[in-house]
Amino acid sequence: MSILVLAEHDNQQLKPVTLNVLAAAQQLGGDITLLVAGHQCASVVEQAAKISGVKQVLVADAPTYAHHLAENVSDLLVDLAEPFTHILAASTTTGKNILPRAAALLGVNPLTDVSGVESSHRFKRAIYAGNAIATVEIDEPKVVMTVRGTAFDPVAAEGGSAEITSVSAVFENADIRFSHEALAESDRPELTAASIVVSGGRGLGNGENFELLYQVADKLGAAVGASRAAVDAGYVPNDMQVGQTGKMVAPELYIAVGISGAIQHLAGMKDSKVIVAINKDEEAPIFQVADYGLVADLFEAVPELQNSL
Amino acid sequence: MKILVAVKRVIDYNVKVRVKADGSDVDLANVKMALNPFCEIAVEEAVRLKEQGKASEIVVVSIGQKTCEEQLRTALALGADRAIRVEVDSTPDALTIARLLAKVAEEDQPGLVLLGKQSIDSDNNQTGQMLAALMKRPQATFASEVQIDGDTLTVTREVDGGLQTLTLSLPAVVTTDLRLNEPRYASLPNIMKAKKKPLEVKSAADLGVTLTNKIKLISVAPPAERSAGIKVGSVAELVDKLRNEAKVIA
Repeated sequence: MSILVLAEHDNQQLKPVTLNVLAAAQQLGGDITLLVAGHQCASVVEQAAKISGVKQVLVADAPTYAHHLAENVSDLLVDLAEPFTHILAASTTTGKNILPRAAALLGVNPLTDVSGVESSHRFKRAIYAGNAIATVEIDEPKVVMTVRGTAFDPVAAEGGSAEITSVSAVFENADIRFSHEALAESDRPELTAASIVVSGGRGLGNGENFELLYQVADKLGAAVGASRAAVDAGYVPNDMQVGQTGKMVAPELYIAVGISGAIQHLAGMKDSKVIVAINKDEEAPIFQVADYGLVADLFEAVPELQNSL
Repeated sequence: MKILVAVKRVIDYNVKVRVKADGSDVDLANVKMALNPFCEIAVEEAVRLKEQGKASEIVVVSIGQKTCEEQLRTALALGADRAIRVEVDSTPDALTIARLLAKVAEEDQPGLVLLGKQSIDSDNNQTGQMLAALMKRPQATFASEVQIDGDTLTVTREVDGGLQTLTLSLPAVVTTDLRLNEPRYASLPNIMKAKKKPLEVKSAADLGVTLTNKIKLISVAPPAERSAGIKVGSVAELVDKLRNEAKVIA
């Protein structure tokens, strides 16, 4: 087997989820090639070459790859696909945007959000908001799939010395252009990679009250997430949403504050190691998955928690 | 400009799905079915674009057995002008679905194709991307804002890091995220009117597509259950448990 993994990065830093995808690739077995497609991404290439277990790093450095547009990157993947039996990417908005397009161009069915590797062609994935786990077998000459990072323990970021090869092919689709972006800036760890996550729901009442969670998070070195209800209500931006259609997280500790626990939210966090729920409604479904539940008014409990840490 | 909206019949989002005792699949017998919520947002967006004078006709398409005509009628009641059902007797794979939709698009020549970003049954998030590839047109997934100005489409996307805005040349494929709009409710007069709107049935053979299923469902299992833990009586007790029992904080 020969596996191509698409690296997730922002042209400066390799995203940690790439290490989880590489773990899935190692479970498949075979030589692993990591593709870094970006622009002025030399520092990412340097990080990529050091990852344990990566045999080769392919570098496609061109302005057209700067924003990881699906049109350009999927054409690149198709161009490079020939020697590989498997093509993997993270199940992020970037990976999910690119890989199905590449799969269709290659004439194969993709698999989305794979959470278990059973064999080279048999995988597990969650369906129905995580209420069922399907085992599927895919009969395609190439397996093109996105991988749920939280389902695989990351490989070591150091210890490898991959050969670095430049790719000269530059694809540019004239029908699409990057305009601008508004990315959240935060000194806190990234939601999907944090070992502790503090999340708020509609119980917070407004965006200003999330400040309470930020203070606790900063004491714990935690990331801050939110339920769909809090995002829909405009308290916090979309990139903080945890759940079926938001981000999947599986930290060591997940603290749900003022979150009732709709199945769509549980789908995104129930693989966390330890779950704490703070909610004044003792009937809230979140308590059914919580290891430690505290029935309390969050506006009293959260400041008290912050002072006890 | 014509807008094509692809929709899917799925389990109602309020229903908690159960796995069959023999582990062969989930149990959908006598379960309430509905229009996939993301597809509903796609229909709503098409209707709004028509109301703004940006679109002249909305064609809604679904692939499935006769039962999915119920969801096509729902879309017609929400404001679509006509419907197409592509008859299939089994569930084809995602690539076949994308090929069927691409053929429908080839016949109808829409300026814009709208789809939900994912269906809440298989949770795949791939049909729009595959359709765009087969149509050789650009795509904008996870859309939270859509603007049309002549032949140019501007889409703001909900990406992991925040919001990204792209400019596309039409025709293009857009998949909808949750916050693109809030779908309206169909009024009774519109539900009555929808019954008279045209609904055409085509077969896969009419469209020249061979049905395949390259992804075999081996088994379905319920997820590992988390059992409820304990209730603590105070913040002090909680901190003590986290420090000394779970050992997850210092």
